[in-house]
Amino acid sequence: MPIQPEEILETIKMVATEHLDIRTVTMGINLRGCCHPDIKIFNEQVYDHILSCAENLVRTTDEIQSLYGIPIINKRISVTPIAIVAESCRADELVSVAETLDRAAHEAGIDFIGGFSALVQKGITPGDLKLITSIPRAMATTKKVCSSVNVATTKAGINMDAVALMGRIIKETAELTGERGGIGCAKLVVFANAPEDNPFMAGAFHGVGEPDCVINVGVSGPGVVNAAVRALREPSLGDIAECIKKTAFKITRMGEMAGREVARRLGAQFGVLDLSLAPTPAVGDSVAAILEAMGLESCGTHGTTAALALLNDAVKKGGAMASSSVGGLSGAFIPVSEDEGMIRAVQRGSLSLDKLEAMTCVCSVGLDMIAVPGDTSPSTIAAIIADEMAIGMINKKTTAVRIIPVPGKQVGDLVEFGGLLGSAPVMPVHNFSSEAFIARGGRIPAPIQSLTN
Amino acid sequence: MSSSRFVITVIGLDRVGIVAGISRVMAEHNVNIADIRQTIMTDLFTMIMLAEVKSENFDLAAFQAAMTAIGKELGVQVIVQHEDVFRFMHRI
Repeated sequence: MPIQPEEILETIKMVATEHLDIRTVTMGINLRGCCHPDIKIFNEQVYDHILSCAENLVRTTDEIQSLYGIPIINKRISVTPIAIVAESCRADELVSVAETLDRAAHEAGIDFIGGFSALVQKGITPGDLKLITSIPRAMATTKKVCSSVNVATTKAGINMDAVALMGRIIKETAELTGERGGIGCAKLVVFANAPEDNPFMAGAFHGVGEPDCVINVGVSGPGVVNAAVRALREPSLGDIAECIKKTAFKITRMGEMAGREVARRLGAQFGVLDLSLAPTPAVGDSVAAILEAMGLESCGTHGTTAALALLNDAVKKGGAMASSSVGGLSGAFIPVSEDEGMIRAVQRGSLSLDKLEAMTCVCSVGLDMIAVPGDTSPSTIAAIIADEMAIGMINKKTTAVRIIPVPGKQVGDLVEFGGLLGSAPVMPVHNFSSEAFIARGGRIPAPIQSLTN
Repeated sequence: MSSSRFVITVIGLDRVGIVAGISRVMAEHNVNIADIRQTIMTDLFTMIMLAEVKSENFDLAAFQAAMTAIGKELGVQVIVQHEDVFRFMHRI
């Protein structure tokens, strides 16, 4: 059947006025062949290997962008967690590795590189510790490097020593980048059940079960879903779910086609298509706006969790029907600073940290891009992380925390990060102490759900 | 990519010479018109063409730049996209 003009114009409208885009083409690169005891040689090998894989990444994605007329916003690289590949290096710290990644990212012309990461859900190796303690300086001295630490899984439980450590590391990272609003923390995420094929930052890394070189694609389109839901006349919630599902289907098909073509041209394996409604600061390109289109006066009010559950599930169903390679996070993101509707909801007092935590039970990620007062204690930050990790562990889902204790800022201040990171209103935290709880350390055992064998 | 067919969409206010101008540039780049449809949608002139490219050495970037330029001259927006984007999005 020939394509109808209405269908062609629908696609063009999605791009032109509803911000449909391929948010990222992320090349996953295996660095396990680069291990060397001499960190200088290790760094050279990492740099050379990244560039040998990714030298044509930007040119090829640009070609695909003009071939299909669909904008590809970011080109990114994820690498094997550096804590693993640098474990054998004879060095006290790994900041030079982050700097090497940053140089390679600049040279390749990409936007971000992820994988300055460690997986410590059950325990911390010497290599993990070197990496984690290097994070604050690595985030301060590099521009494009993103870092993530997985501290919990449903199978292993929560490593509370690592949670406590990350509370301190986040504070230190914020302080070292204090003159820029603590932006180092915007590139640092703490995970439960981190996916190994996620193309989105700051959490992307190339998992150890992945192939040598892989292309993962992240497609976005909250603006398209928002416009589709708002075009319905007096819909029931079932109608809304159906509409979101169909829209997600179309977006996913488009993303998979483009991703496979990029992978083919680069001679890389096609990995996953991650359909995540990732908002941008542009008006209307907002997950909060979709929830409000369902009938909520302001995002964060009672009913928000239910509306988000409907949205997240419908997105997954549409995506799963459209592609056999759906992976990564796939669902709805709720970053505060990057979503114009979320920012407004915080400012008008309808959205609190506690409500956001509830929302993370049913969305695809977690507490994301949340600014809190600069004097928030490390143990309070660790306790916020622990709560979020517990949600992920018990519900067998990915959860994450990307929180910024902005030095010198108080509740009500607005912090500008610029670009896709947007601007974050500083939100209040509870003032009662969690110090003694966090100081206990040890491990929260894996839940009964882990005994599936 | 399963073929070398492109969808060319022209959107703008109607005026004399749009079809002539667009098809002249297409001919210059050796691009054949396989199908053409024209409508007025919400007061806008909308022309959708299915274009075929036979040449192995077709320079898409140069063709897109030429189409954008003639569009500017005529006061219309011209978008050139490979047909697969529509096939994948709207057909199973």
